[in-house]
Amino acid sequence: METTAVEYVVFALCAVIVLAGAFGVIWFRNPVQAALSLVATLFGVAVLFLNMNAQFLAAVQVIVYTGAIVVLILFVIMLLGVDVEEDLEEEPLVGQRVIALVIAAGVAGLVVAGVTLGGADLVSGARSVTGSIVDDVSNIEQIGRLLFTEYVFALEITAVLLTIAVIAAVVMSRRPSEVEPLPAENASMEPPEPMEPEAEEVFD
Amino acid sequence: MSAPFAGSLLVGQTGDPLLFSVDAVAVGIVILKVLVIFALLLVATMFMVWFERKLISDMQNRIGPNLAGPFGILQTLADGIKFFFKEDVIPDKSQRKVFILAPYLAFVPAFLLFAVVPFGGDFNGGNDGMVTIFGRDTYLQLADPPIGVLFILAMSSLAVYGAMLAGWSSGSKYPLLGSVRASAQMVSYEAALGLSAAAVVLVTGTLSTHSMVTSQAGDGPWGVLPNWGILLTLGVPFVIFVIAGTAELNRPPFDLVEAEQELVGGFHTEYSSIRFALFFLAEFMNTITMSAIFVTLFLGGPSGPAFFGPGWMWGVIWFLAKVFIFLFMFVWFRATLPRMRYDQLMDLGWKVLIPLALGWFLVLASLEVADARQWNRWVVGAIAAVVLVGGAALLRKSVRSGAALRAEEVLD
Repeated sequence: METTAVEYVVFALCAVIVLAGAFGVIWFRNPVQAALSLVATLFGVAVLFLNMNAQFLAAVQVIVYTGAIVVLILFVIMLLGVDVEEDLEEEPLVGQRVIALVIAAGVAGLVVAGVTLGGADLVSGARSVTGSIVDDVSNIEQIGRLLFTEYVFALEITAVLLTIAVIAAVVMSRRPSEVEPLPAENASMEPPEPMEPEAEEVFD
Repeated sequence: MSAPFAGSLLVGQTGDPLLFSVDAVAVGIVILKVLVIFALLLVATMFMVWFERKLISDMQNRIGPNLAGPFGILQTLADGIKFFFKEDVIPDKSQRKVFILAPYLAFVPAFLLFAVVPFGGDFNGGNDGMVTIFGRDTYLQLADPPIGVLFILAMSSLAVYGAMLAGWSSGSKYPLLGSVRASAQMVSYEAALGLSAAAVVLVTGTLSTHSMVTSQAGDGPWGVLPNWGILLTLGVPFVIFVIAGTAELNRPPFDLVEAEQELVGGFHTEYSSIRFALFFLAEFMNTITMSAIFVTLFLGGPSGPAFFGPGWMWGVIWFLAKVFIFLFMFVWFRATLPRMRYDQLMDLGWKVLIPLALGWFLVLASLEVADARQWNRWVVGAIAAVVLVGGAALLRKSVRSGAALRAEEVLD
């Protein structure tokens, strides 16, 4: 199938939005603005999915990532009041900037090398994995059929895993009612406070 | 939004026949539809504000707006003009950029949602909702993506950003509390909304809003009743969807987001002038759109008998009449029901609506399987109902014992 002019325009617009959003995530010092940039990126990716005839993926991308996960991130930022700007000068790991730069350059180099050296087959403009396999059947129908025939065990195992995760979260968030509070002598059993070493000296 | 969908409709020749071959006329028709929907939605919102005020004042033995125009019908217009000339205040402590962005984030999903709602069409005599504009066959709806219902859910999940960011960026505590409430409420009720919409998807066998309406336009149970989603899903998902939809809109009795006694004005306390007007408009526009979605999913959309004149006209008439029922219902809710408490709201959402929607979905699915395998529908239905009741009893017991444990802890 030929790529139409509309698809090129949509791709170009989305590429700009996705890249600008991704850049914004690391550029903004304010966590809420960074989260909003993430929304822009995810939304752009969703429209790119649409552009490649993967309507179901696009909808799920918006519902799950922009509609739920980033909302949760924002929720935590709001509730915990982390809306102050982060100190970006301090490096928790020594030399992490240099390492990050090297890795980023390496990955970018690999991608460019793959695209340029991979030959004509690699970047043919043809739809690869996202498009419909059979042209007359809708995307959702095909995904459904594959999920419940060929990949049914993988699907069931994922479902079990998610159920376990949910139950585990509920169990862990329960306060045990039987446990006695620790006596004062055992205070050293508690994990050391990471904050403010000066405060301890004052108590000593 | 029509550009991305134009590409998606190339595969498999489904969807709006207008877009099978895209030329200047087709693009013109799409632009015309966008303009008509935009204008009609704005005008409808204006009338909705007037209608709500007038109806509530009727229910409360007041007169309501009666000075601007006949029956005060131009009151909203007067208010809008006033909003434009008010001073636009941006608080010092606010996050300026986000503060300015938030009203638009509330406004845009309200418009986009309407793109997939079929608002007219000729559904009689095998026409399948087709109308002819400028010699081209098309549907009376802006876009008919194959993911119609998912698009609705996606857009309503985006609507939370407006309220959330508005409250946070105001830099003030009441708006922040309001927006935390809003986001928790909307995220909670989205699950119930999605599960009850899935019930309709199950019985109609399609996600596209247009096919959903066409399948509901046929003859229903016993050939007398309409083939509407509300009957095919046996009513329960409809009730859940209406409750969850009302909560999603933050309308009474679920308007804790702007509980005046507790939170001044909720998330839009710090907003003034035209920015406040945008929130106001978005809320009423969402009310209209949500009513239209109720109609599309459960009441057969614009389908209905045509008596005389052109068939497409009756589609629009039926659609408006059905939407009007729900608009009236929303106003009625607001005039009669007291606001819920926050814990009641969360209990209703998580412990009643979501389990019920899930259980009902399973019942409907088992009925579908029974039909496919040609088992006895009634026996399967009875067994499924017994399982549902058993599950409900277990859930009720666990909720009760959990509440009792918590009460004990409080007493200790």
